[in-house]
Amino acid sequence: MSTYKIVINGEVQEVEARPDMPLLWVLRDKLKLTGTKYGCGIAQCGACTVHVNGQAMRSCVLPISAVSGDVTTIEGLADGGNLHPLQEAWIEHDVPQCGYCQAGQIMSAAALLAVNDKPTEAEIDQALAGNYCRCGTNIRIRKAVAAAALSYNAA
Amino acid sequence: MNMNRRNLLKVSAIAGGGMMLQMTIPLAQADANGPLVRSKELNVYVQLDSDGQITIFSATPEMGQGIKTSLPMIIAEEMGARWEDVQVIDAPLDSKYGMQGAGGSTSIPRNFQEMRKMGASAREMLIGAAALLMEVEREDLQARDSQVVHKSGESRSFGQLATLAAEQPVPDPEFLSYKDPRAYSIIGTSIGSVDNLVIAAGQSKFGIDVDVPDMKYATYTRCPRVGGVAKRFNKAEIIGMPGIADAFIVEPDDRAGEAQMPFLKGLAVLRGGVAIVGDDTWAVMDAKSNLKVDWDYSSASQDSWASMIEEAKRIAASEKGETKAGDDSVEQILTDTANRSIESYYEFPYVAHICMEPMNCTAHFKKGENGGADSFEIWMGSQFPGQVKEIAMNVFGVTPDNVTVHPQRLGGGFGRRAIHDFAVEAMVISHKTGLPIKLTWTRTDDIHNDFFRVGGFENMQGAVDSNGKLAAWDQHYIGFSKGGRPVIGSGLRGNELPFAVLENARVRQSLMPIDTMCGAWRAPSSNTNAFVEQSFIHELAELAGRDHLEFLLELFGDPRWVDEGNVNAINTGRASDVIKLAAKQAGWGTPLPAGKGLGLSFYFCHAAHVAEVAEVTVNDDKTFSVDRVTVAVDVGPIINRSGALNQVQGSVIDGLSTMALQQITIEDGVIQEDNFNEYTVMRLAQTPEVNVHFIESDNPSTGLGEPALPPLAPAVTNAIYAANGERIRVMPLTKAGYKLV
Repeated sequence: MSTYKIVINGEVQEVEARPDMPLLWVLRDKLKLTGTKYGCGIAQCGACTVHVNGQAMRSCVLPISAVSGDVTTIEGLADGGNLHPLQEAWIEHDVPQCGYCQAGQIMSAAALLAVNDKPTEAEIDQALAGNYCRCGTNIRIRKAVAAAALSYNAA
Repeated sequence: MNMNRRNLLKVSAIAGGGMMLQMTIPLAQADANGPLVRSKELNVYVQLDSDGQITIFSATPEMGQGIKTSLPMIIAEEMGARWEDVQVIDAPLDSKYGMQGAGGSTSIPRNFQEMRKMGASAREMLIGAAALLMEVEREDLQARDSQVVHKSGESRSFGQLATLAAEQPVPDPEFLSYKDPRAYSIIGTSIGSVDNLVIAAGQSKFGIDVDVPDMKYATYTRCPRVGGVAKRFNKAEIIGMPGIADAFIVEPDDRAGEAQMPFLKGLAVLRGGVAIVGDDTWAVMDAKSNLKVDWDYSSASQDSWASMIEEAKRIAASEKGETKAGDDSVEQILTDTANRSIESYYEFPYVAHICMEPMNCTAHFKKGENGGADSFEIWMGSQFPGQVKEIAMNVFGVTPDNVTVHPQRLGGGFGRRAIHDFAVEAMVISHKTGLPIKLTWTRTDDIHNDFFRVGGFENMQGAVDSNGKLAAWDQHYIGFSKGGRPVIGSGLRGNELPFAVLENARVRQSLMPIDTMCGAWRAPSSNTNAFVEQSFIHELAELAGRDHLEFLLELFGDPRWVDEGNVNAINTGRASDVIKLAAKQAGWGTPLPAGKGLGLSFYFCHAAHVAEVAEVTVNDDKTFSVDRVTVAVDVGPIINRSGALNQVQGSVIDGLSTMALQQITIEDGVIQEDNFNEYTVMRLAQTPEVNVHFIESDNPSTGLGEPALPPLAPAVTNAIYAANGERIRVMPLTKAGYKLV
């Protein structure tokens, strides 16, 4: 066991963990931040997507000892009481079905919009290529990301 | 954004440990009991607050089908509520709600009348209260927009009436009257799912997110071959790993299978294996990956997909099978030289459910103290959560009264969460350790230990006469059995097309015994039979040299119910209507550029008439894209337009993902696909445009979770044929060399 200090959603957290414990399980089991989901454990489905220094990362394969930088999870995506434009668009476009993959989808899309607020459809597809949705909400995901990009620009 | 503040309760959510984040979270996700103390109950589904808040309980498991929104809409409509004043809360598992389950696209037809009754009853109590308060005649009062309005214009809000309304006599359901559907203001509109905010904010809780005090975490490793049991394992090494508290062998137990839902009884749901218990999910998953088990394979499955393929070919060529419908007179028509006939052989694979949330359950067994009874507390997402009470009784002797079940939102169901193997396992581990246990399956557990959509084969023969009309149909279904019975999804339903409408049709069946586990997978049997039947109808239309649309419509003849009064039988008029609409909207008959094609299909299941037209682009290297799918659906009047559209689009995407990419391969009893790198799901870039058209006939409203999936596969393969002339008779399309781009 080692002690790690990491910044999660703007707060310094001190956690005791084995060096190889993936960030996903630190978040879920140690810090009780369960918005980030387990889907496959091998970085194939995107359900565990978080931001490390603004970049979308698969937390299921990222050992806690390798985390260098600020971590943002779905719980920290909103700006205080204001939802992120993507979260608003998700509600507006009634995207979720079962809802399980959606946090990962939103986090992948948020990392895209942070560096490219006028994404083309191909760029949206590319940024979310690593996120699975078995319910098949793909069409609304695309629409919501495009709509959020517009309000991102307006803001 | 425009959010209804009334509907939301300000709570503080802890984000990132410590930072207080002011979030607006619906009451439903907060402590349900506190603010409801002052609510007045009008019936088990409806409570009213004096500030006008209307609380409607959702008693049906939500797995993405939108039922938590659509059923409360029916109540709100009938009681005259404004949707903005409604909050929806998950009901506990309680016999007062009747059977709390979801499956078979039945939740809407099964509950529609009950929900109307609850709404109408609440409305009559509100009107009764208003009549007393305003000292007017009931007949002069109307409920609308969360108010009771007198003909004079005077009104009282539902909030003002709450206390008095709760004291009114509950009306006799027999004398309730219902709203004229033409006056509906909620039913038939587009309403976003009630949990969208909590989901988008990462605050929604699934079974896998359950956290109870003193909880330990567990994995369970089953024998990779069904029927195998654990003899010994590297226990000392496992227990010596960091964070591991215990590890032990679990013996299979058939009593668990006897305690499943009636249609699933007898399945081996508690398989032999090794449980590992520890301090966190990672510790037990890591230990699991180091587990070395010596298995006893003496009774283990030896199933092999390659052998099944060979055996099915042999059966098709040499065995007649058991005749299930029609008779041998069809052979004369098939061999009559005045007719033209063809024979085609189809194959479809086993596929997995892959709910995005892997199977999990949290269970807490408590030994009765001082002679008291033993008890269980269970948290899980299940399509039929009440079923664990039967398991507790059968396997552990814990009586139903001593089992508390906390149903959780399901991260996908698709039929998988109708089976409670994961619950039995968690219960066994908690029973043995006496600790609250959260069992989480790895994705590999989830794929390897699925109750699969059964694979199968169909040998088809058909003939067209000299006028180009379908003259004979002979369908030999070669599927699988267990214990002498067809496994779930293996076989044909009695109202398959075209033998539901064609006289000269014969259906034969041959079953091969297997050990591999099969279950209900989104539209069981329909999801494969549609592919075979609707492809073969197209083959026969081509044989006759006729337009597929015209040939298909001709099958139905005059508009009629095939079985009068039975909504679960085809109505030929409704079938024709959806087919014509889909064809028209898709531009059927318009010439397309080279490499493009349109494919048509129709299927009837779950009381739904659905037609689909796929438009594809196929390249010389067999890469292909599905550019557009046009869907026409008749499930009667739509309850929630947004939810219905989401279901149809999702079914098309799920259907395409499955038929293009997915296959479970079995070798010597072992499932070969381990994770999402080998069992893939369609990506965003591969997603077609999906255009949906609803025909809202006067059928009663029926469910949409399943019936739009079966027609997708044949629409795509028929379109590929139209584009390049190659007939695909196998799924997934990768097996025919096609790659979805």
